[in-house]
Parts: sequence; structure tokens; C-alpha cells
Amino acid sequence: MQIKPVLAALRHHKAGTLLIAMQIALTLAIVCNALFIIHARLARLSQPSGVDEPSLLVIGNEWAGKPDTDQIASLIAADLDTLRKVPGVANVYATNAVPLGNGGNVLGMGHSPDKFQRVADSAYYFADENTLPTLGLKLVEGRNFRPDEIGQVDGKGTIQPSVVIITRELARLMFPHESALGKPVYISARPSIVIGVVERLRTPFVDSSMAKWADNSTLVPYRWLIPFTRYVVRVQPGQLDEVMHHVRAALYAANRMRVINPKDGMRTFAQVREQAYRDDRGMAILMSGISVILLLITGAGIVGLTSFWVGQRRKQIGVRRALGATRHDILSYFLTENLLIAVCGVVMGGVLAVGLNLWLMKQFEIDRLAPGYVLAGVVTLLLLGQAAVLAPALRASRVSPVEATRSV
Amino acid sequence: MLSYYVDLALRSLKRSPGLTLLMILAVGFGVGASMTSYSVFRAVSGDPIPWKSSRLFVPQIDIWGPQGHLDDTNKGDPPEAMDYTDAVALMRDHRAKFQSAMYQISPSVVPADPSMHPINVGGHAVYSEFFPMLDVPFKYGSGWGTDSDEQRAAVVVISSKLNQKLFAGANSVGKTIDIDGKDYRVVGVLDNWNPKPVFYDVVNTGGFTTDQQDVFVPFQRAISAGMPNDGNTNCSEIPKGSGFVGLQQSSCVWIAYMAELDDKAAAAAYKDYLDGYFRDQKAAGRFSWPLNNRLRDLPAWLESEHVVPSDTKISLVVALGLLVVCLVNTAGLLLAKFLRRSSEIGVRRALGAPRAAIYTQFLVEAGTVGLTGGVLGIVLTWVGVWGVSWVLPKEISSLAHIDLSLLAITLLVAVIATMLAGLYPTFRASRVQPALQLKTN
Repeated sequence: MQIKPVLAALRHHKAGTLLIAMQIALTLAIVCNALFIIHARLARLSQPSGVDEPSLLVIGNEWAGKPDTDQIASLIAADLDTLRKVPGVANVYATNAVPLGNGGNVLGMGHSPDKFQRVADSAYYFADENTLPTLGLKLVEGRNFRPDEIGQVDGKGTIQPSVVIITRELARLMFPHESALGKPVYISARPSIVIGVVERLRTPFVDSSMAKWADNSTLVPYRWLIPFTRYVVRVQPGQLDEVMHHVRAALYAANRMRVINPKDGMRTFAQVREQAYRDDRGMAILMSGISVILLLITGAGIVGLTSFWVGQRRKQIGVRRALGATRHDILSYFLTENLLIAVCGVVMGGVLAVGLNLWLMKQFEIDRLAPGYVLAGVVTLLLLGQAAVLAPALRASRVSPVEATRSV
Repeated sequence: MLSYYVDLALRSLKRSPGLTLLMILAVGFGVGASMTSYSVFRAVSGDPIPWKSSRLFVPQIDIWGPQGHLDDTNKGDPPEAMDYTDAVALMRDHRAKFQSAMYQISPSVVPADPSMHPINVGGHAVYSEFFPMLDVPFKYGSGWGTDSDEQRAAVVVISSKLNQKLFAGANSVGKTIDIDGKDYRVVGVLDNWNPKPVFYDVVNTGGFTTDQQDVFVPFQRAISAGMPNDGNTNCSEIPKGSGFVGLQQSSCVWIAYMAELDDKAAAAAYKDYLDGYFRDQKAAGRFSWPLNNRLRDLPAWLESEHVVPSDTKISLVVALGLLVVCLVNTAGLLLAKFLRRSSEIGVRRALGAPRAAIYTQFLVEAGTVGLTGGVLGIVLTWVGVWGVSWVLPKEISSLAHIDLSLLAITLLVAVIATMLAGLYPTFRASRVQPALQLKTN
């Protein structure tokens, strides 16, 4: 292979070589970090929530005029009745929060009441006997709540359930080697017996800081008697629009003294998911856009500079051709030249990429870059470089030997 | 002479339209992307109250001790908000020029017109000094007096938006509105006041929120009316009592606090007072850990609370990286372009043109590319700021806007950056040996 003459020629235009290599290095550093961010965001976007999303409707209801606790209990009971009577409604329950709903309550869970000995953080959902069938949760062990187990609680933090249902992930954290069923856990001063384990139920939070325990959820058998209540409605297949249309009117007709926010008081679960991951999707789009622009500009830059070099060396090419070099020799000369520059670029770029990632990790709590991304970036840029150089190199290979005799 | 160089530059650019277009596109995209990110960054990182932010302070008292903040996220900082006991004690002691404890409320307002549904409003329970401390502008009326704080009077300050909704924008001072079933007398209507971030209560609002601040009611009034906290509540242990009263007796933190201290001496004195307060409480047996209080001024507080979202910063970093790549790219292309004209330079130099003339000529050419790229950059920034609303969260993207200064910066950045990129190619061009060039021809 003709590496020696290529190196000799490169020494003659050091600056241009260095600029292309630098551009490739910087592009690689940015693109593989961007790819990494995109992939992390998309991975979060597609995480399952564990609930039967297509048939769920979430209503946020607030009572006006400060009803007291007893009034709220009967108001909620009346609302649940009203909702059940709406045609197309399959099931309904009242709660404090929904998965991905961004807003909920958290408790530490441990094997003793000592608050500093917690084993895991867990989101908790107020639930009743209708919660599992409404959400479509899959019980992998144990049983559902019984109606007589559902308690009432009026304010913050006084829940002391005697029984709970937890997710499989939480059960695994609490009891790594055995079944959690029938065992006591502590989320308050009193023990709560695990009566059921569901396959999966996401927490309401999509923050990356809470991603570590995204599947730690606990269902507590309580009705929460505060002025703000969420109703989760399961509709019969294909009736989502229909039900959505009637539910608000039915609730207002039953009782006017309430607030259902016209903007987001009533959402399908698809909308809940949409809103929860809006930022992540946005970031992914933004990073993709920037990566594409970067690759295009780098590619175009290589085309531009190589074209210039080809133009500059027409005479030498002509001489080489006159001395017997084939078209293929010329073509492979330029491809080799670009490959050499690009390899230098991607080596620098790999180091830069890791450096940039380390800096981002320190500044923004981003994960460590997996080597696969650098590798993907390296391959992409080498291919891009070869593709970009192809057109000018072909043009060079078509330079006729006669050029050797011409002056510029 | 300059116009001659501009003419030369235009001719040269016209001679290789492909290369020129490439450079302009690179500069345009680089500048457009970074300026779009910058406009968002500028919107969220600005000082919401520049004329007095250095005089506003947020006190923090370590009421939980080292065990209470086991979470590795806050690095030994005391809780960011206050519990009820300490907030009220600090208000009672009244050691700053102005101060206010505050918490977020979300009551419902029942319009007098029976055909309208009750509406949810957002707002804060604050003390009277909140208004002068933050220089809150009023359209009608004013805040309430300290006597209303003490008497827990049913008074309210409403936003101009709520005033528009309920009273069609008329002066409503003296009228009453129904909040959570009780009548409140309107004492003031805010002028358009919507500072971003919501700096007085970052803890509960997260800084950026699309929630409106529609009502402000006296703190103690809201407490006695049982208006629950609509913001965050953080507890290191489960409250013993139940409900809102239980929360007030607990060590849960949910109250934001801000104080105005006019000079360094006042700030130092206040810090001493805070530390003294801690020691007194410790002596009384409430705390068993060493003193660990903080008193940060507003800029430091916003920084420590990470008010600027990290996504915004990452976007800015990546966009600036894009700009750098575009400039390296432009430098390479300019180098190619300038060296291609070695013979032309040789002729000019042989005819007596000094190096400075070559410098001027090529820097003008680079500047021309930069200016054109900058114009494209302005267009792309405009598109970017418009398009950012479906990429970034609404409470942030709605703050990004284009103004004259952004346009000027865009153009300036484009021209200066391109000329910087052109510096080395120009240097190379000026080094061309006249004799050598003439000979080879």
C-alpha cells in the first residue's frame, strides 16, 4: 500500500490535515455523547408503567368550599357511584397519585420502625379493592385487598396499614432470597403484612434522580380524605372518547361545588405518559438534530477540503498517471489519505469523548459513557469520511495524463 | 480601500460558490444552534430582581442534623425549607429589615356569578413585608399592613389576571371574593408581575412553573383557615399529629423564608443571630448536633438549588460544541480558499503590497462570510426559538424570546468567530513568498 507517499504529502499540508482531524475528533466527541443522551432518554420513554394504559382515564377533582373530612368521605363515595353509572365505565377507584403522574408521596420501607434503617424508598398509592382490576395490575403472588380492609385517613403521614401490596421489584429488594408474602415490612411505627405482590407498577416520578427506584411502589388500603382526589377510571374497550365526553358533565351534574381543571383535570393515560416524558423526548429530538447537523457539516467540510487538494494537485496526478499509475491507484491514494487523517481524528476524538463525558458526569450527574457509543461513533465517522472523499477522489482519478504537460 | 477589499471578497466568494455556500451554512448553523440554546439559557439563568438580589437572603437552619439528610444529593446542607416552629420564631424575632415566611397555597375561588364554576387558583401565604421586600408592583391598592398580619385579617392581594377574570379588570380594591368558602377583602391588585424564576419560593415551585400566582393572603390567616400547603413537604420522620395541625407541630419542612439585609454588616449580624438561635434551641435540648446553618444571598441560593435545569445547560454546551466544529470547518475551508490564490497574493506582494494589506484583504473576506453566515444564523435562531416550544418543557421554552440584543449578539458572534477562524488562513496567506509564486507561473 502507498502509505509512505501519503504521509510525505500530508506533511506538506499540515494545517489542513490537522483541521480535518480536529473536526473529526470534535464531531466524534459530541456525537457519541449526544447518542448516549438520546439513547438514555429513549430507554426511559419506553419503560412500561405496569398498568393497562390504553383503557385508563385520570380525573383530578378538587372540592370547593372546604368540606370537612366526613363530608369528603361521602362526596368521594357519591362520585365513585356517579362514575360507575356513566355508560362505558368498567371500574373506578379514588387515589392520591398515578404512575408517571408526577406528584405523589414517598416513604422509606425497612425491616424495623427505625426511620434511619430503611432498606428502600417507595412511592405509595392509596388503593382499595377496585385498584387492581381498574389498573389491570398482574398479581403474581397473594391476594387483593378486601373491602373491609380499606381504612380512611384525613391528612398527611398518619397511615399505618396493617396490610400492603408491593411490587415484585420492591419485594426483591426487601426479601432478596425468599417470598415477601406474609412477611412484615415497616413504613410506619407498626408492621404491615405483605398480602400481595404485583408484577410491576411504576412510581409517579420520572425524574432521573428517582430512576433508581422507579419500580418501587406500595399500595396501601386507604381512602385519603383531603380536598383533592384523583379518580382513575377504566373504560370498556374502544369507549375512551365517549366516556371522556360524558364524565365531566356527569360529575358536575352530581355536584357543582368542585373544580376539575379545564386544562389538565381530565387526561387519558396516553396524555399522562406524553406529559411525563415531554422533556426527555424534547432532549432526544434536540440532540438528534444537532448530531445530524454536525455530521452533515463535517462531511461537507471534508468534501470541500479534499476537492481543494485535488484541484491543487492536478498536475502531480497527471504526472503519476503519465508514469503509469492506474485510476484505481489515484482513487485509493485519496481514500487512504482520508483514512489516515480520520483514524488520527477518531483516536483524538475517542479521548475527547471520554473526557467530555467525564466532565458532563461531574456537572450534570450523567452516567458513564458505554464503550459501544464511542465504537459506533468511530465507525460512523470513518464511513462518513470515506463517503465524503469519494466524489473528489473519483474526480481526481479521472484526471488525464495529459495534465502533466500543462502548466496551471 | 476597504470598499475595494469588500469588492475583492465578493468576487472571490462568487468564484467558488460551492465552497462559499458551505462556509456560510456552517457559520449559520453553528451560530443559529448556539444562539437558540443561549436564548433559553439566558431566559432561565437571568437575575429575576437584579437591583436588589444581593440584598435578599435565604436562611437555612439545620433542624434535622446529619442523620436527617442522609440523601447524598445535598452534600451536608441543612434542609432547604423551614418547619413551622422556626419560621414563626424567626418572624417573631424580626431581626432583618424586611422578612417573610411563605408557603404555597392552592385554594378555590367561587365566583359571585352562579353560572361560573369555582376555579382553582395558585398563590402564596405571606407576611406583609413580602411586598416591599420584593418591590412588588401594584396596579391598584397595595399590600396589607402589619396589623393585618397580627389580626389574621381576611384580606387578599390578587393578580391582574384574576382581577380581569373576576372583575373585568376594574379597580376591585375594597370588594370581596370568596376563597375556600370565606369572604376576603381585596386590598391590592398586582401589576403584571411574574418573575422567573419564582425566586422567592424555589423550594415549592421548583423555580419554573406554569402555575399562576393569583392570590396572596396573610400567612397566619391561611394557617388558621387551614389552607393546606400545596408545595413540597419533606419530613425526616412521620408527624405525630394528623392533618395540617400535625404538620405544623412536626419537624417537616415546607415553608420558604426570605430576608432583606442591606449591607455586609447586617448580613453578618443576621448570621450571628441565626447561629445564636440554633445554640439556644440546642441548649433547650432540641438538637444534639453541631451548628450547621447557612445564609445565602439570592444568586448563591439559586445556584445551590440548581434552578437552571441541567438539560438547558447540556444543550448549551452541546450547541457551543457545534459552533466550535463549524468554525474549525470554516477555518479549513478558508485555508483552502486563500491558499488557492497564492499566485494572486504573490503578484500583489511583488507589486509592493505590504503584509498588512494582505491581512486586511483576507480578514475582510472572512468577515464577509461571517456576516452572511450571521444573517443566516439570525434566521435559524428565529426558527429555533420558535421551534423550541415543542422540544423543551413549556414553562421554560415560553421564556425564551428574541430581542434586539439577541440579534446583535448573533451577528457579532458570527462575524468575530469567523474572523478568528480566518486568522490562521490569513497568516498563511500573508507568508506567501512573492518571488516563488511568480517563478512557478
